[in-house]
Amino acid sequence: MFRILIICLVFFSPSKLIALIEVDITRGNLNPLPIAVSPLSIDENSRKNFEKILKKKDIGSEISIVVEKNLKTSGLFNPLNKDAFLQAPDIANLKPRFEDWNLIKAQALITGKVSFVDDKLRVEFRLWDVLAGKEMMALAFTTVPNNWRRVGHIITDKVYERLTGEKGYFDTRIIYVAEDGPKTRRIKKLAIMDQDGANNKFLTLGNELVLTPRFNPTSQMVTYLSYFKNLPRVYLLDIETGMQEVVGDFPGMTFAPRFSPDGKKIIMSFAKDGNSDIYTMNLENRIVEKITNHPSIDTSPSYSPDGKYICFNSDRSGYQQIYIMKNDGSGVKRISFGKGLYGTPVWSPRGDLIAFTKLHKGKFYIGVMRTDGSGERLLTENFYQEAPSWSPNGRVLIFYRETETDDKGKGFSAKLWSIDLTGYNERLVNTPTDASDPSWSSLLSN
Amino acid sequence: MKLLSSCEKVKKRNIDQGAIMKLNKILKNAFLIIFACIALSACATSKKTGQMQGDVYTGTDTVEYLASGVPDRVFFATNESVLTTASRETLRKQAAWLRKNSKITVVLEGHADERGTREYNLALGERRANAAKDYLMTYGISSDRISVLSYGKERPVDSGSNPLAWSKNRRSVTVKAN
Repeated sequence: MFRILIICLVFFSPSKLIALIEVDITRGNLNPLPIAVSPLSIDENSRKNFEKILKKKDIGSEISIVVEKNLKTSGLFNPLNKDAFLQAPDIANLKPRFEDWNLIKAQALITGKVSFVDDKLRVEFRLWDVLAGKEMMALAFTTVPNNWRRVGHIITDKVYERLTGEKGYFDTRIIYVAEDGPKTRRIKKLAIMDQDGANNKFLTLGNELVLTPRFNPTSQMVTYLSYFKNLPRVYLLDIETGMQEVVGDFPGMTFAPRFSPDGKKIIMSFAKDGNSDIYTMNLENRIVEKITNHPSIDTSPSYSPDGKYICFNSDRSGYQQIYIMKNDGSGVKRISFGKGLYGTPVWSPRGDLIAFTKLHKGKFYIGVMRTDGSGERLLTENFYQEAPSWSPNGRVLIFYRETETDDKGKGFSAKLWSIDLTGYNERLVNTPTDASDPSWSSLLSN
Repeated sequence: MKLLSSCEKVKKRNIDQGAIMKLNKILKNAFLIIFACIALSACATSKKTGQMQGDVYTGTDTVEYLASGVPDRVFFATNESVLTTASRETLRKQAAWLRKNSKITVVLEGHADERGTREYNLALGERRANAAKDYLMTYGISSDRISVLSYGKERPVDSGSNPLAWSKNRRSVTVKAN
């Protein structure tokens, strides 16, 4: 069941080479594919130029480290120790001596070359099937030198796609809430970072409480909740310009915002007189529509990727459960029927699953179910965790976890974690401060 | 001669202070011990009698007062926004105080414990604060004088991870706004 599927097919077709190695990502992977990531070769002149601009001694090696870390984090690959590599990077990139790579048990090999061309960073890389002794892929990009980490992420995405048959999720960013201070008076700021934790940047100063940031489909805009002037309202933030505006003119708290899949609407809850209902606001014409109309709490709405349906959280049955409805609010149907309380439903970008948080007998779970509520699977159990967000390929979930405090109320922390849809490969996502409410961007390079 | 005597004085004062400090220390220690005894016995009794009824907090540890005899907060059961008998009594006192002080406006801050998802808890905090608001209104307080603000689980008073701490955090607090 947990065995990795590596299909080595040799096609004696002279015109076309078809995938030789394949990584199956649909099951837990206890046998990650051994892969050698050779440092990208670099000529002395280019090396000096990049050292001047980027303050990095050998940018070819740095990029390969980014790729290696990504591959390792995916849990599907096992990057081999560079000390064991016999072939020099430049020669390997021309024509690997497959026997050497075979010897260290590498099944796939990444080689490449970095050069300084017209003040730009040019990177070419190749993916090799070591067992078959064949080149699987060769690509080159040119970009501004400061984008060097993104180059590493894009290479990883291409390799991942070639070997698994599905799009990657490495050239992406995470927006989240950075936390600091005592539990009773947390200071919270919006923060954004690359998927691997690099390039962390704070977007607000922490003067007011901010919660639940979520990207729009192009990942240029963010909608979130801010307590600016002690009025909890949904806001819109343009990441590039820093421009912020309040969404709509509601006489009360608006919260739990998300974008529609076309990015044209924001869907959110509006609370008034003790009743929370779901509303949408069209960002182009500012038209507000009421979607649910029920005296219970209706919140945490999330669209299906085609925009036709909405899943949401309601306590109309007496307790928190997950419901789906058409995008106009009709056809409301409860889908969660297991034991316990269910919250934070989020529709998978692939459309087939809904991720959720579940509370049962004092434990919190992150799980997934089909959109009709069948096939519930709990991926992870903990003292407290919630708010899953999907990787753009729908293979990984990121969420946050809080620790139990001791008798004196000490020892509180909040951190981001990720887990594969398979329930394997659970990992702490490094952040410079405590963190919560993560939201994964789309693939930036698409 | 003068200089010398002043020096002596200083020395003497130093000695005096030293003695006082020592005495202080002894007293402080004694107080600490007495205090600890009281605290311990308080703990013991609270465990016996319970600071919770069902899972609603009934203690006074975190309670502040808007005026003498007018508690500022009411507590709720898990996932509930129903006012208990004790909560209604507190709110009637608040209403009487508000009627007497007709210029005062208040914010009702609704809170939830940490054992729930953030978004649902924001809604729950709002529902709790509104339960308190509705009750104040039935006792003649104009809705113009009451605004509602939900903090969900963002502002616990007790950072503990235990049922007693959670019961203190499930609350609606009436805060003077002017």
